[in-house]
Formats: sequence, structure tokens, C-alpha cells
Amino acid sequence: MATQILPSRTPLVEVEHLRHFYGRSAKGTPVIDDVNLTLFENEIVGLLGRSGSGKSTLLRSIAGLIQPDEGHVRFQRDDSRTAPDIAMVFQTFALFPWLTVLENVELGLEARKVPAEIRRERAIAAIDLIGLDGFENAYPKELSGGMRQRVGLARAIVVDPTLLLLDEPFSALDVLTGETLRTDLLDLWFEGRMPIKAMLIVTHNIEEAVLMCDRILVFSANPGRVAAEIKVELPQPRDRLDPAFRALVDEIYARMTARPIATQPARDGLFPGMGITMALPRVSTNSLAGLIEEVDGTPFNGEAGLSDLAETADLEVDELLPIAESLQLLRFAELRGADFVLTPAGRQYAGADVDARKALFAQALLAHVPLAGHIRRILDERANKQAPARRFRDELEDHMSEEYADETLRTVTLWGRYAEIFAYDEDSDRFSLEDPQ
Amino acid sequence: MSEDFHPDGTPQARVMPAFSRMLRLQAPSRADIVALLLLAGLAVMVVRGAEGVAQPLSHLQIQPVTIDPANLPGYALRTTLRMFAALLASLLFTLTYATLAAKSRWAEQILIPALDILQSVPILGFLTFTVTFFLNLFPGEILGVECAAVFAIFTSQAWNMAFSFYQSLRTVPADLIEVSQGFGLSPVRRFLRLELPFATPSLVWNAMMSMSGGWFFVVASEAITVGNTTVTLPGIGSYLALAIQNRDFHAVAYAVGAMGVVILIYDQLVFRPVVAWADRFRVEQTSSADQPNSWAYELFRRTTTFDWLFRVFELPAMLLLLFDRGPQRKAVSTRAPNRWVEIGWQVAVAIGVLSAAWAIFDYVHHTLTLHDGLTAFGYAGITLVRVLVLIALASVIWVPIGVWIGMRPVWAERLQPIAQFLAAFPANVMFPFFVIAILRWHLNVEIWLSPLMILGTQWYILFNVIAGASAIPNDLREAAGMFGVKGWQWWRQVVIPAIFPYYITGALTASGGSWNASIVAEMVSWGNDKLTATGLGAYIAKATVAGDYPRVALGIAVMSIFVVTLNRTLWRPLYAFGERRMRLS
Repeated sequence: MATQILPSRTPLVEVEHLRHFYGRSAKGTPVIDDVNLTLFENEIVGLLGRSGSGKSTLLRSIAGLIQPDEGHVRFQRDDSRTAPDIAMVFQTFALFPWLTVLENVELGLEARKVPAEIRRERAIAAIDLIGLDGFENAYPKELSGGMRQRVGLARAIVVDPTLLLLDEPFSALDVLTGETLRTDLLDLWFEGRMPIKAMLIVTHNIEEAVLMCDRILVFSANPGRVAAEIKVELPQPRDRLDPAFRALVDEIYARMTARPIATQPARDGLFPGMGITMALPRVSTNSLAGLIEEVDGTPFNGEAGLSDLAETADLEVDELLPIAESLQLLRFAELRGADFVLTPAGRQYAGADVDARKALFAQALLAHVPLAGHIRRILDERANKQAPARRFRDELEDHMSEEYADETLRTVTLWGRYAEIFAYDEDSDRFSLEDPQ
Repeated sequence: MSEDFHPDGTPQARVMPAFSRMLRLQAPSRADIVALLLLAGLAVMVVRGAEGVAQPLSHLQIQPVTIDPANLPGYALRTTLRMFAALLASLLFTLTYATLAAKSRWAEQILIPALDILQSVPILGFLTFTVTFFLNLFPGEILGVECAAVFAIFTSQAWNMAFSFYQSLRTVPADLIEVSQGFGLSPVRRFLRLELPFATPSLVWNAMMSMSGGWFFVVASEAITVGNTTVTLPGIGSYLALAIQNRDFHAVAYAVGAMGVVILIYDQLVFRPVVAWADRFRVEQTSSADQPNSWAYELFRRTTTFDWLFRVFELPAMLLLLFDRGPQRKAVSTRAPNRWVEIGWQVAVAIGVLSAAWAIFDYVHHTLTLHDGLTAFGYAGITLVRVLVLIALASVIWVPIGVWIGMRPVWAERLQPIAQFLAAFPANVMFPFFVIAILRWHLNVEIWLSPLMILGTQWYILFNVIAGASAIPNDLREAAGMFGVKGWQWWRQVVIPAIFPYYITGALTASGGSWNASIVAEMVSWGNDKLTATGLGAYIAKATVAGDYPRVALGIAVMSIFVVTLNRTLWRPLYAFGERRMRLS
């Protein structure tokens, strides 16, 4: 177990210049843009990135579930097989509720017209392997989450795939269950008890990626690109408390918060788009205030490592980063490598009462979020102090996808309402300067 | 479903389990005997009932429907078979029509609007045309009339089933679709393994609702008068019609009793077991506390022989699998197809619709004038007022009652079967009593015939309100209680918003049904006394009796326009509003 099998460099899958767009039209911002990736035999590769970075799109392109708009996915396979042998494990388990455990596991074999008896034999073997003996005739709704994901694993393994794709397989499970399942899967892998030649796992949990993978690809968001490739050369089994492990986790945090393009202004560069068309993530003002308070208090005293912060605040990296980056945009904090540091403005906010906080927030919002300033300016200019939200949404949609535009406008509405720099009425879909009192 | 859908399993793999099961000879259990008797009885009844269909039309004159209660069981059997034949037809229609609509984007563009219109069209008005058509198809044979009756029932059952199936196919969970795609399940297998099971619970529920709705049309479709031809098929409906004609109260009571018994039997022997069985197809991650139960389902499950009989239902599935082309792994392109092809298709559809509209206009235009059109619209206006007033009245009565029941789970459970039974009961049975009352007390016909329209459809409001009220989360009710929210405020801020989306669904259905019912409710008779109210329903009914086809067509067209317009301008916006602002989720 402790000795790691050295990966031989036989390529299994090659992804070349993959590009895919949102929705039906091939224009606007791509979900993934010019992604290249080669998967070799005997390796576990992790795809790490925040939500919306196109990890799942890449995974589904490899799985053949999505036809990418541009680029190729090439498989190195023996000629005896007609279709590339890939199986996938889903975050939501994706079990058929009307089929028993056994029938669920048999599904892929049935599709390949494997005779009934052999089918049953193989399914039972897979069920035994994954530790589900005795549950063959149970329906998924009778099982716990961990058991259900074991069925998902058995169903994927039974078809003898050369490549196993895992889409956030443990994120719907509680921490302990996820840990057990992860260890079991790694045991099977290192003991060579599965026919699988490589695994590709999508995750937003940095520690999970470092625990499992030989190689980690860090994705940047909007458009999704491979921002960094990190080799993990720590011996298996890995220890979370090992200093080398911690250092690697911190390094990845730093990579994920590094600004992708040098030409953009340092602080705004993390959000795609410029000026009023900068895309904003959906972050509530409560989360912003909560993180400021957390870092302002003991033990951090205004300065915290992101990985420690993620643990104390019980946040996943794709929840933590948007909050931290929003605070940086508002100049309440700064990201220095893997560290999160409150600015004087941030510390002032933490010490203020409700009204003073709102005033500080309004100031920061008007000064540093161009869209908020833009809305306020238009409202000030209008005689009736009103403007339809549609107007701004259209403006945004010229520069980003519909979903992003919608999310950005929602965020700015949320922030603007909290700062009381403008009001919004959902029924009429209008912004106004009316005092809600 | 069994483990063996496989057409190409080795002979050994297929025969061995069967043989070994035969070796396990057991003494038949009591459950076996009961189940066997039930099934054998059913088979004999089906054969007896079917015998009557294969006769020349003259047979109906030799053996006319009589008022002798001894014949009633036979009539009940014929009626029941007719209803199940229609249900089977509806099922086949649903499986093909809705599947096509869900699978083909092009077919969808025609099929779904067509379905929307079809379910708004007054079916009763159609009888004239369909009877003529089927009589010509099987001249001089009972089969033609039977087909017309079955078709009438079919038109009352099929649309909502097709809609529910289409909706289900469009809402199959994305991750399950990805699994099927990932494993390369062929379209046939995907249909059998994923789509059909997923859609089953709502399809079963809608089939039950359809069956209840069908009774109304049985009564109207078994005794058909078109111009000079009157055809009477043996059945409960025609028996009831005869009883009304003869002013025979006892016979009316017998008919009502027979209906009650039939409804009770098929509910216990068919629908309850099917609902209990379909529960397994529900997509929910936790097993719910209250699973539907059925003694018949338990009985069938305990038998050893029943397993075999059940395989019969898998035959169509196996047949389908013969056309299976094996595993397919193909990514779906999300790109829009060629724009010009798209435009060409839409132009073709538009031309088709316009030429159909022209054909109708041309047909009506030759015999009717603009004046006739205006008259029909005027009558429609009167019926519209009736429908709206009745919906309002029914709401005032049933909303408080529904809320009261819905908030008391014990009562809801106790009253549910009774309410379902009442809903299945054809409202036509009540018509004579209204006529007698109106005649005795010299009541205003225009006003007092109106309630008949909503007699059968008010239940939709009640059912939906009960469902809505019982879905109000307990914490909301507790919060309202804590803050002392009572009286009008309680209704305004707690209950009405909570049940609003449910209520609108019920009111929409009730409104559509009432328009349809106006055709039989605005012109009612008891013996020789005939009462007629002013309205579009009576207009169509009169034209039907007179065999005046152009006026029937005009009446149907006008009614369809009114129903569609009312749905689009009133119910749909209200529904959208409720979904947006008041859906608790």
C-alpha cells in the first residue's frame, strides 16, 4: 500500500483544444475555452475549480454526454472494443428508484446485451467488491447516502471501464461517510482490484484532491481554462497533518486566487469582465459581514490562511473564494497568496454598529463596484427617480451569458438594497430611489 | 417488473428458472384460490360482454333496452367494458402521441397546441359527427355504434393522460438521463427502463381521474339521437335514459345503485392495486410513511400463480425490444438545427393551420350568415356568465369546507374515498330531480337549470383545495397560531396564498368541464317535459337533435374559442402568478 505504483506514460485519453459555449448559440463567453488535457494510464487526475469553471462540462465531454462545439476527445483504445469504456459516478448518485440494488448495477450490462446469467454473476461480484453484500434486493430509498453511492460505484465498475469519471462523488455525503468511501475506493485502486486504468475526479474540495490525485488541474472560471497543473508527489496513504500536505494545500489556494491575466487591474482581475459589465458572484451581505467578523476576531486578528479559514467557517473552497474575493473587490480585505488579510476599512467595518456598517458598505459599493455606481447615477438623472431593471439586464447581456447577467444583477440588487443606495420592486421589476419607509 | 426483458438471453437462461419454479409444486394457498376465482370470473364476464358486440344493428331492435332490473347486471357489464376499452385506447394514444411530442421537437410544435385545443373542445358536441362516421365505417353493425360510444368516452379520458405523460417525459431527472446515455441505453430500453417507470405514478393518477370523468359521457353516449336516427346501446346509460323517459323513479334508483356497485368493484379490484403497485416508481429519496395499501394487491402478491399472469403485461415490452438496435452512445448536440429548415417547417405548419381554418369557414359560410355567428356569440356570452357565477358560488361553498378537511388529516383520510366516489358519480343522474323541482314550484328555468353545469365539476375545486390545505407546512400554521393570526387576516395572509396555486388548478378544470356540461345541462327532460335555458349549450343540443350540422360546427367552434380565450386571459395568468409568488417550496 505504501509503495506507489509508478505511472507508466501510456496515454489513455487526449483532449485537444476543447471549447464549448453556453446555450444554443456559439457566441459570447465560452464555458470552457481551449482546454487541453492528456490522461495517462495508472493515474488519478483531479479537476479543481469553483462552480461555473466548466469542470463538469469537460467531464461530460469526455464521457460523450456532450458534443463539444470545437476540439476533439481522442481515445487510445484497443481495436477489439467498439465504444470507449467509460463509466461515471454522479454527485446525486443517479440511481433508478424503481430498480433494486442488483438491477441498478445490472443496468449497464443489460444495455450491452450481456446474457442474464453472466450479468447476474458479474453484478453480484461487483456488489461484493464494493461491500454491499446482503443489500442486493433493497431499493435505493431504503439505503443511506453512503450506501447509495456504493451502488453508484458498483454500477460504474461492473461494466469494466478503462476510465472512471467521478463528478463530485463525495460532496453529497457527510464528512465521515465521504472519508470512509474515499479510503475504500483508494484501497481498491491501489490493490488493483478494479479493471480501471485511470480515474478523473471533479471536486471543489482542495484537501480531497490532494488526498487522492497524482495530478491536479486547477481551472479558472468564465471562461473555464486550465490555470495551473500541479503534480502531487506525496506518498500514499497521505496524511492531512503532514506539513508537506498543508504546504501543497496552501499553494493551491494561492493558485486559485491568483489573478489570471496580468493586464487587468490587480484587485478587479479576479472577476471576469471590466467596469460595469464585471460579473459578480452571488454572495449575500450576511456572508460578507460574517467573514469579516470571523477574521477580525480571535484567533485570526485580521489575518487568516484560507485553508484554516475554510475549516473554521466550515466552507467549501467554492463557497469561500467568492466571499473573499468580493471583500477584496470592496477593499475590505486583500488576498495575499494563500492568506486573507483585512484592510483598515475592513477592520473599521467589523467594529461599527449597524448604521455605520451600512454607510461604510454604501461608500465601498459606489466607489468600487462600477455597476452599482452606474445604476445609482441613472436613477439620480431621471426625473421620476425610477428605471426598469430590464435596461441594465440588457446592457449586461451584451457582455455575458444570460445566467451570469441575471446573477450579477441579483447580487448588485442585494448589495444595493443592504447599502440603501437604491430600492428595487420585484413586481414591477424596477429600480428606484424611493425610501421604503 | 421482472428481471428478464431479454430477447436474446440464451435458451438455458430463460427456461431453467421457469422449470425450477414448476418443480417447487406447492399446495395452492387460500390466496391462490381467491385470486384464481376472481380472474376466472373476470375472463368469463369479458367474453359474455364481448359477445353482444358482434351482432347486426337490427339486433338492437329485436332486443331493445328494457326497464327490467334483471337485465341491469348485463347492462352494467357492457358499460364497464366500454369504459375499459376506452381507457385502453386512451393509454395507447397517450403512449404514442405524448412520446412523439416529447421526442421530436418538430412534432411537438403541432401536437402540443393541438392537444391544448382538443381538451378545450366540447366533446359532447362532437357526438353528432363521430356517430355518423362510425356508422358509415361499419354499416348495419352494432360494432359501429359501440365504436362511437367508446370514442366519445375516449375523448373524455385521453387528453389529460396524454398531457401528464408528456409533462413527465419532459421532467425526467437529468442525472438519470445521463446514466442511460452513459451506458448507451438504446431508445427502446431507455423508454422501458427510465421514462415509462418515471411517468407511471402520474399516469395512473390521471387514468383514475379520467375513469371518473368518463361516467358522465357514458350516460350521454349510450343513447344517441342524431337527426332521425336514435340508437340505444344496452348499458347503464341507456337504462337511465329510458328510466327518465318513463318517469320511473325506482328504475333511476336501480341504475344509480348499479353504478355505485360497479365503481366500487373496479376501484377495489383495479385501481387500488395499481396505485399500490405504482408507488414504487415514485422518485423520492426517502420512503414515505403513508404508502397506499390495497387488499387486492396484497392478495395478488401472495399468490404463486399471479407472477405468471403478470408476465402477460411484459409481452408488449418484449415485442418492443425486438426492434432494439443495441447499445448506442451518441452525444446530443445542443446546437439549434439549420435555421432555414426551421423556418420552412414553421411556414408549412402555418399553411396547414390556415387552410384548416379556411375549410371550416367555407363549410359554415355556405349555409350560415353573419347573423348566425353573432347569435352564437351572444349565447356564448350568456353561458360565460353562468360559468363564472357558478365557479364563484362553488368556490365560496367548497373552499372553506376543503380547507377545514385539508387541515384535519384524520378527516381528510376518512372523507377522501367518499369524495372520490361522489366525483365519479355522473351528475346527469341528478338532472331529473331538478326538472321536477322546477316544474313543481314554477322556478325560473334560466337560473335553476344552471347549477347542473357545475354539479359534476365542482369536485375538482374541492379536491385541489383539500390537497393545498393539507400541504400547508406545520411550521407556518404554528407561526400563525403563535402570533394570534385569526379571522380574515388568517384567510388573507395564511390560507388563501397557500392554497392559491392548487385552487386555480381546480377552478381551471372545473371551468372547462362546466362549458362542456352546458350542452347537456341547458336542455333537460323528464318524460315529456322538456326544459330549455338560453345559452350556447342549448344551442348546440338543439342543433344536434335537429341534425343541423353547420350549426353544431359553429357552436363547437365558438365554444372552443371562448374556452381557450378564458384559459389564456384569466386562468393561465392567475396560475403563473400563483406559481411565482405563492408556491411554497
